[in-house]
Amino acid sequence: MLEHYLSLATKAIFVENILLAYFLGMCSFLAISNKVQTSVGLGMAVTFVLTITAPANWVIHHYFLEDGALAWVGLPNVDLSYLNFIVFIAVIAAMVQLVEMIMDKFSPTLYHNLGIFLPLIAVNCAILGGSLFLVERKYTLMESTIFGFGSGIGWFLAIASMAAIRHRLRYSNVPPKLRGLGITMLLTGLLSMAFMAFSGIDL
Amino acid sequence: MALLNKKSQAVLNDPLMNNNPITLQVLGICSALAVTVKVDTAIIMTLAVVFVLSMSNTLISMLRNFIPSRVRIIVQLAIIASLVILTDQVLRAFMYEMSKQLSVFVGLIITNCIVMGRAEAFAMQNKPPQSFLDGLGNGLGYGIILIAVSIFREILGSGTLYGFQVIPSALYDSGYVNNGLMVLSPGAFIILGLIIWIQRTVYNIEEN
Repeated sequence: MLEHYLSLATKAIFVENILLAYFLGMCSFLAISNKVQTSVGLGMAVTFVLTITAPANWVIHHYFLEDGALAWVGLPNVDLSYLNFIVFIAVIAAMVQLVEMIMDKFSPTLYHNLGIFLPLIAVNCAILGGSLFLVERKYTLMESTIFGFGSGIGWFLAIASMAAIRHRLRYSNVPPKLRGLGITMLLTGLLSMAFMAFSGIDL
Repeated sequence: MALLNKKSQAVLNDPLMNNNPITLQVLGICSALAVTVKVDTAIIMTLAVVFVLSMSNTLISMLRNFIPSRVRIIVQLAIIASLVILTDQVLRAFMYEMSKQLSVFVGLIITNCIVMGRAEAFAMQNKPPQSFLDGLGNGLGYGIILIAVSIFREILGSGTLYGFQVIPSALYDSGYVNNGLMVLSPGAFIILGLIIWIQRTVYNIEEN
């Protein structure tokens, strides 16, 4: 059982990296990755929120929205799964707000460091993507939590390494028209190729 | 075009090339690249985005005087999410195979930065007809890049175009092989990077 979870985590972090293999969370990735420190902060926030929203959305999907999920209140024929999108996005927005409030109360330093990034996370595709994937792949609660956490760590790794690469890039002579978005795209391609080298791993 | 005056034409045309949402505004790359392995998925995705974007822009623009600015993000999200649900259900009903291939990426149009970005930047300040054109233009500008990337990836990666074999079998006999990298994710990043480079050279745009 443990092996299965470990394998799932490695898959989510390296082999099927949510950013480099599924292109999720590209917007904030491209916008933020030019500074190492902010990238690390955003990476941590994304990991945190993904780890919380994945199981939360699993519970809601499993007990309220899925086909036949309302059997426990005596409505076995109700299928609300078309509400998935709107409910998930509401849960994510609410969770982000909640996390913000809790963090402000109990860990002001971390809150201060993440600051403006927390509210932005609500519209990060990686978070909604994580929730949609766990429905599509029919994960269990435990699997969803691990998948959420793993995806977050994967996103964190990708943005942190990209920020480091872009930091070094300042001293290199990039063709003027390729500067900025162009070179970042090409580098992301190379980074994604590097992560594909993990694809043989199967625990 | 007598149908549209100069200003409306600019609203429609600008995002197609010289203010393209993907390559110049850097919006909406998120869910875009995963559907570009084949041209047909890219076309369906484009249609879905064009529909959601033009409708959401129109609706938000109609309601712009009634939406309190403090809760506007939630209201916008709710409108966008409803439109995406509609699109998803239509795809499921009429093009089931296609919706399986697009999997979660139709749902991810909700968090596509273009939709929110245009709602915030354009629809909240402009009249519905203008906003509709802006949505149409940006959706199509997004689609052009999506389809361009997918044409390269499909020809180089599978040797086909829209499902038809375009690379002659004589070439395969003489030792040509499909480039497997194009089918995988790095191919999308690299092709998009090169397209951005070309476009910025043509339009002479530089970033610091």
